[in-house]
Amino acid sequence: MKEIISIVFITVGVLFNLLGCIGILRLPDTYNRLQAATKAVTLGCCSILVGVIFHFGLSDAATKAFIAIPILFFGSTVAAHALIRGTYHFGITLGDKCVKDDYKEAIK
Amino acid sequence: MSQFLNILLYVQISLSTICLYRIIRGPSIPDRMVGVDIFGILVVGVCAIISIQTGRSFILDIGIAWIILSFIGTLTLAKYLTGKKLNE
Repeated sequence: MKEIISIVFITVGVLFNLLGCIGILRLPDTYNRLQAATKAVTLGCCSILVGVIFHFGLSDAATKAFIAIPILFFGSTVAAHALIRGTYHFGITLGDKCVKDDYKEAIK
Repeated sequence: MSQFLNILLYVQISLSTICLYRIIRGPSIPDRMVGVDIFGILVVGVCAIISIQTGRSFILDIGIAWIILSFIGTLTLAKYLTGKKLNE
């Protein structure tokens, strides 16, 4: 039973990672790529770590995975926010189909 | 069951190869940094699946260290993109 739950969590995680990487390949704009990839890939890797917790039960490996989940979650989201801010200041413009740019008035 | 986990491991490794494509091919500098960021997150998943396959727990330590180093590296690259020094 434990094995099956762990396999299900890991499969869901790898599917999320697959969707995120398709987003990296196919989306047209730097901002689109970053937001698609970061959300999907972070959730997928957290799901894989939850699968590791279910597989090992109550042991040292499960504790390490339990520590790794919040570090991964908060670390990658904060890093993506800083990266997107740096990208805007670097001078990369939004895509052609984008209609609204609130940050331009905010930093004026 | 272990066979299926092997397939998932190979899928995960090939996904990180897609990120390498974005790093090599990306049209601008921030695209390459996006690739580096996502590659650092995907490697943690690879480490987790390998730790299940081999049954050893120290590989998860490598994953945690990789997360923290990738976090610091991405923050430094983002600071470099804004064009300011590191202490302002």
